[in-house]
Amino acid sequence: MPPRPQQVVPQLALIGTLIAAGLLTRFTDSIDPYVLDVAIGAGINVILAVSLNLVNGYTGQFSLGHAGFMAVGAYLSAALSLNLAPSWLGDAPSAWAQNAFFLGALVAGGLGAAVAGLIVGVPSLRLKGDYLALVTLGFGEIIRVIFQNLDVVGGALGLNAIPYYTNIFWVLAWVAITIFVVVCLVHSTYGRGFIATHDDEIAAESIGLNTTVYKIVAFVIGAFFAGVAGGLYGHFKMTITPTGFDFTKSIEIVVMVILGGMGHTVGVVLAAILLTLLPELLRPIAEYRMIIYSLLLIILMLVRPQGLLNVQLGRNRQP
Amino acid sequence: MIEFFQQLLNGISLGAIYALIALGYTMVYGVLRFINFAHSDVFMVGAFVGYYLGNHLPEGAVWGGLVVLAAAMVVCAILGMTIERLAYRPLRNAPTLNVLITAIGVSLFLEYSGQKYFGAAPRTFPQIFPVRQIHLGGLTLSSNQVVVIAVAFGLLMLLRTIVMKTKIGMAMRAVSLNPRAAQLVGVNNNVIIAYTFGLGSALAGAGGVLYAVNYPSIDPLMGVMPGLKAFVAAVLGGIGNIPGAALGGLLLGTVETFVSGSQYSTYKDAIAFSVLILILLFRPAGLLGRFTIEKV
Repeated sequence: MPPRPQQVVPQLALIGTLIAAGLLTRFTDSIDPYVLDVAIGAGINVILAVSLNLVNGYTGQFSLGHAGFMAVGAYLSAALSLNLAPSWLGDAPSAWAQNAFFLGALVAGGLGAAVAGLIVGVPSLRLKGDYLALVTLGFGEIIRVIFQNLDVVGGALGLNAIPYYTNIFWVLAWVAITIFVVVCLVHSTYGRGFIATHDDEIAAESIGLNTTVYKIVAFVIGAFFAGVAGGLYGHFKMTITPTGFDFTKSIEIVVMVILGGMGHTVGVVLAAILLTLLPELLRPIAEYRMIIYSLLLIILMLVRPQGLLNVQLGRNRQP
Repeated sequence: MIEFFQQLLNGISLGAIYALIALGYTMVYGVLRFINFAHSDVFMVGAFVGYYLGNHLPEGAVWGGLVVLAAAMVVCAILGMTIERLAYRPLRNAPTLNVLITAIGVSLFLEYSGQKYFGAAPRTFPQIFPVRQIHLGGLTLSSNQVVVIAVAFGLLMLLRTIVMKTKIGMAMRAVSLNPRAAQLVGVNNNVIIAYTFGLGSALAGAGGVLYAVNYPSIDPLMGVMPGLKAFVAAVLGGIGNIPGAALGGLLLGTVETFVSGSQYSTYKDAIAFSVLILILLFRPAGLLGRFTIEKV
């Protein structure tokens, strides 16, 4: 039986975005580099926020360690580029070879982060609520402390002179893939289990869902995309330090998810873009940025806990 | 052997401070069942109150030190009760996650307001207590350590008396056992919760001053690490359990001091988290806590 039209819409959207992103790279020279930079930053944040939303929003497991997985991905892919790229690509690599190598490095970084997610997730996801938040925070900090003490990856100085491989195509492509995977997963028959775990764990267990597996799957997929985002970030900033992936970074991603509305991908995407643009637009009050974020968290929870930007689209509404 | 006892002594004085902070976490958890993330920043505010007041008082006078300590405790108690009134009370019946996020928000708000108004650069804490070195056998003991240990244990005893012997302490225990039943027998829960916040925050304020006396460099983010470790101490002892928090603080402080004295000193910040993870995995109720069964 051919798929019904609405079932192929996500696939079409994914392919459309990839083609559009490919076309866009033809015109990058005529775009203001500043705009491009901000767009890349926003894209990376969207990947981070959407992937965390799978864990914190849809599955309802409050994780505070997303920056740790981002760090694993960033370090792994940057180390690959620094150590392998010169010998594999030679002096003057073709654009294709370079992009293929970059894709490999990103996926490797993502897989590394996913493994880290599995190692962290299996023990800590037995916990709930406050405890889970603290353990993930603890793991995130442990990952940072380990990188700080590993001399192979530069210790406290971090890695420098990472090749500039990130471009708008890769960022847009990964944004599209992340949103595609998260949305399709959550709306699939299997994925309803994530929402069931979020809504009522005991009820979900009583109808035979293995909530632990759901939590771990959400965690590992979230970590994978955080790792990819880390790789994109490293090859965009060209330098990474352990302190760049501390608690504050995790909080920033959490704020995006909460502002957008937990479990609402559209809102989270909007929130990630908004929170990337705000500091750029409000340079004069940059020093108040974190104060505003924190007040935003408190006031949102008091007044509108379901988030600010959870625009409801289409018929597949989330409860 | 001398070195062992020296480290043990240093560990106890650090652990005593962790214990003071851990008590605040544990008491609030006892009555409200949530982790007050902002507690570590109340601790920081306590240190800054000590800093601003200590600079106006003569250095190295015992009465001056005690005044600073008392002032920090009062300011922090008021701050804690204000936070409870404005941020947590409206969420009394909200889902845990919302309260948790609010607490993180309050914590960040205090930290970044501190960076804006106190300045982000570290300050040198004034010497509010007289400083002397005391030699005891082969051990060297600074008078600050003696002050820290003495004050901390004094406050612990005081707290124990309040919780176990006074009427309001009995009400606190009642609320922590069963809030609804406490209300039925005429306990005003809101008053008791506010009082608990005040008490816990006062201890955090004292902890802040004592910490700054021992490690005289303070900045607005100074609370984060001791706060997290004190929380670990509370979990280690069994969260909601007052003697447990004191025991957990002492244990954690001692372990950490021994690790920083060893060749693995750069991993000292990871120790607390590893302890937390191990405890939660193998004995989630903590050393002195009781297991509860989840019911539908």
